[in-house]
Amino acid sequence: MSSSLEQQARESAPVDPDAPVRSGTRGRTIRFRPYNVGRWVIWGGTALLFAVMPFVFTSGFAITLMSQMGILIIFALAYNMIFGQGGMLSFGHAVYSGLGAYFAVHTLNRVAAGTFFLPASPISVMLLPLVGGVFGAFFGVLFGYLTTRKAGTAFAMITLGLVEMVFAAAWIFTGFFGGEGGISTNRVMGQPVLGITFGPSIQVYYLIAAWCFLSMIAMYAFAHTPLGRISNAVRDNPERAEFIGYNTQRVRWFVLIASGFFAGISGGLSVISYEIVTAENVSAVRSAVPLLAAFIGGSMFFFGPILGAVIVDIFAVALVHYTKAWQFYLGTFFVLIVMFAPGGVASLILMNLRVIKYGLFWRLRDPYVGVLLTGLVLLLGIIMVIEMGYQLTLEWTTRMSLFGFQVDAASPELWVIAIGLIVGGGLGFEVMRRYFRREWGAVQEQIEEQVARELKL
Amino acid sequence: MNALAATYDPTRTGAVAGAAVPALALSDVRKSFGKTEIIRGVTLSIPRGERHAIIGPNGAGKSTLFNLISGRFPVSAGDIALNGKSIIGKRPFEINRMGLSRSFQITNIFPRLSVYENIRCATLYALGYKYSFWHRLDKLRDARERAEDIMTRIGLRARRDVAAGLLTYADQRALEIGITIAGGADVILLDEPTAGMSRSESDRAVELIRRMTEGKTLVMVEHDMSVVFNLADRISVVVYGEVIASDVPARIRGNRAVQEAYLGTSLTDGGHG
Amino acid sequence: MEFLLISLLNGVSYGLLLFMLASGLTLIFSMMGVLNFAHASFYMIGAYFAYTITRWIGFWPALIIAPILVGIIGAIVERYGLRRVHKWGHVPELLFTFGLAFIIVELVQIIWGRAAVPYRVPAELDGPLFQVYTATFPTFRAFMMLVAIVMLVAIWLALTRTRIGLVIQASLTHPETVEALGHNVPRVFMLTFGGGCALAGLAGVIGGAAFVTEPGMAQFLGALLFVVVVVGGMGSLTGAFIASLLIGVLQTFAVAIDWSFVRLLQGIGVTLSPANFAYPALSLTIAEIAPVLPYMLLVLILIFRPRGLMGTREG
Repeated sequence: MSSSLEQQARESAPVDPDAPVRSGTRGRTIRFRPYNVGRWVIWGGTALLFAVMPFVFTSGFAITLMSQMGILIIFALAYNMIFGQGGMLSFGHAVYSGLGAYFAVHTLNRVAAGTFFLPASPISVMLLPLVGGVFGAFFGVLFGYLTTRKAGTAFAMITLGLVEMVFAAAWIFTGFFGGEGGISTNRVMGQPVLGITFGPSIQVYYLIAAWCFLSMIAMYAFAHTPLGRISNAVRDNPERAEFIGYNTQRVRWFVLIASGFFAGISGGLSVISYEIVTAENVSAVRSAVPLLAAFIGGSMFFFGPILGAVIVDIFAVALVHYTKAWQFYLGTFFVLIVMFAPGGVASLILMNLRVIKYGLFWRLRDPYVGVLLTGLVLLLGIIMVIEMGYQLTLEWTTRMSLFGFQVDAASPELWVIAIGLIVGGGLGFEVMRRYFRREWGAVQEQIEEQVARELKL
Repeated sequence: MNALAATYDPTRTGAVAGAAVPALALSDVRKSFGKTEIIRGVTLSIPRGERHAIIGPNGAGKSTLFNLISGRFPVSAGDIALNGKSIIGKRPFEINRMGLSRSFQITNIFPRLSVYENIRCATLYALGYKYSFWHRLDKLRDARERAEDIMTRIGLRARRDVAAGLLTYADQRALEIGITIAGGADVILLDEPTAGMSRSESDRAVELIRRMTEGKTLVMVEHDMSVVFNLADRISVVVYGEVIASDVPARIRGNRAVQEAYLGTSLTDGGHG
Repeated sequence: MEFLLISLLNGVSYGLLLFMLASGLTLIFSMMGVLNFAHASFYMIGAYFAYTITRWIGFWPALIIAPILVGIIGAIVERYGLRRVHKWGHVPELLFTFGLAFIIVELVQIIWGRAAVPYRVPAELDGPLFQVYTATFPTFRAFMMLVAIVMLVAIWLALTRTRIGLVIQASLTHPETVEALGHNVPRVFMLTFGGGCALAGLAGVIGGAAFVTEPGMAQFLGALLFVVVVVGGMGSLTGAFIASLLIGVLQTFAVAIDWSFVRLLQGIGVTLSPANFAYPALSLTIAEIAPVLPYMLLVLILIFRPRGLMGTREG
């Protein structure tokens, strides 16, 4: 340890800076690059996970949920190409996935009718996402040229205007967009290939899983190409990027095209999975989903959107069964992440991993327990209020099921309990939160000191 | 490899004598912001391989001049030619591709990228990779070797993987220079490279700049006179948007008009400004 | 002829309503650099508050109280929410307001339900103000214009004639300098944000009664608002004014026009058969494509004049 520090000291002295550099003089740095530890292990493990999941979670509901996650993962990763990696905030990315889906569904219907050059067979179904991708990229070329002329907040607003335009157009041009009923299709066509018809949802899951895996690899690889890395530079400092020879507008446009391609793939997969495309596919609401996923998961890390997609789908698909207020919870969760953890859940995980790495997690154990317990009480009270409130104003009966109990939402005792939980939990949470903050601060200081010692910063 | 990359030759030394086309030629350049004329007719010719310093009191328009040359602002009148070709109306990236690179007074790096990535990014266009998405970055030997070389020469090899935003100020300034050089441009503009540095840091920076600009044309805005007199082959003095003197250091030192304009009084001996 | 006049007046009144919203948004953006995605949501809250207050007390008290309540909520949001996010930069700020818009819509539904609420124009203001031949101009529309103009004049006076107004004007372009001069700039921010929201709330009191009050009103108007701001040029109040009127008039006229290319061609003696490839697109009437028109304007501006009509500050 000390010898490498000496080497570093010699390194930064001006005496003979052109001397040949000895290998292994890299200081210990904090690098959040888990793939360093066996890239093959990670990717192989992921593939294995995808393959094995249906055997662990066998219910039809679980298969549907995982299929949905697969589609959203691709969409969220595609979105993060422009958002987390490119620094472009878009409120209208569903334009690419949705238009890709529309062209894919029309293509599929033509294929089934035999009027398209592809044969009506499960093979064509397997290749359908490419159609979505191609059209997603095409619109990336078209719309991207317009939208990337501006950056930052203006870009965000333009994307919103664009998606509203396409959405409005979807209601006008009902021939192509299908109006209220949308365009439906049938994914089962032609003779089975090796027993595969894509009728059963488990087969659809594996198709999605395969495309998801391939897309993940492709997008990961893209991030490590000159264009991918330069888009990072443009994100960090667009002016400087110009001064190293890059037309920032062009960089952003190209990245948008690539992102549109993968968004279109997710659109194509949604056609296969749901067998219908409606105007909602090109709506501003749909555009918000990958944004939520990428941000909640953590836009600074490649795997962040993957995590975010899983979380958002849990809210959107699983929670829907338990509460009508899931959108409220999702929105609140999102705002809390924006306010307190803008690096997303991934950053929270990695920060804690870092604490563990420095062996200081024991200091946080008690504060965590305190925060979690009081937070749970507070959460319980809030959920009660929200659920009962929803019941009272949106349903015609006041009887409801709360945490499995049959209760009357109008009963004052329940409200008193709920308010009590909120007040009590809230106060307790505040106390615990400050305790946690103190301990966390102290831990961070210790870590900083250690880091500084290692790097002589 | 393209022409830019071919000019990157660390062994080339000395100015190219007798070169006909100046590296940088300004002809009666004027710039107004609204009604205020900041640059009031600057004519300057810098031959290839020369180390040229631009000095002058605060607010004289030195940074504006840089911004005009590098394409950050458009000129109001006049012409600027880089290696004989006019760069009027060209965007910064176009000018950069023609062989001019600049650093910034306020550190302008890519904060979330590591030191290594910062420099490597600066090499990519010059090496011809442009907007490629079919090359694997880590497999590009030429980019890696050049980045490693520059990192070593600016003394940041030990900080290779540190995020640039976390470096100390002096290290960031060194990185700034590294990014500017990495593309292999042969006309380098440095905007107050030693701003905010201590004496020892400045000295190190001067050595760094001298090494890194061997064989290139260097134009430098500086306030630190010891740096200027140490490095420059010629000095131009800009006051109120005009060049009042342009000559070798020794004669500038003794130039009465310069002394008065810059210091308010004439000097009895040369030294720190 | 009367159609033209009435439509023009209607369009102008709609445009003025849009400008009430756009001006608050522009002020907030100019000063704080934050694009308040939830601005239309505050408009919605204003409408709903007015509805409830009108039921309990009356319309005229609601006209005063509702905007004040909305302004207070806006100030609280700025103080405890936005301010915290401010240090992370503009993107998190925008995302915060985006999430806020989300939550507000849900909360409104919890409290008032999913269906539109019967928030109506008060009896005193209902009915036609004057008649031009056969077309009538509703009193409430005139009232809308009146409130908008009064409000905007009041703001103009406040900004240019009072001390706090001068501080606000200075903070619009040089907040750090103003702070260095000893003014409590964070408080100015809070005031401006709250004020902008109050303005949106006032627009909601009027607009909610004139049009419909339902949970979807924010999203629809929000997107339109963004078009106004981009077309007008971000950060420019004059541009926002022109764009608001332009879009207000455009929408009002377009919805009423029943022309289509096919009819046009018929008028000059050319008949296009339904079997023709372009028939579906060309047979659309202007009324039918009215919803898309503002966005088409947005696209055109982006192609031909990206900085907007009077754009100064870059996004």
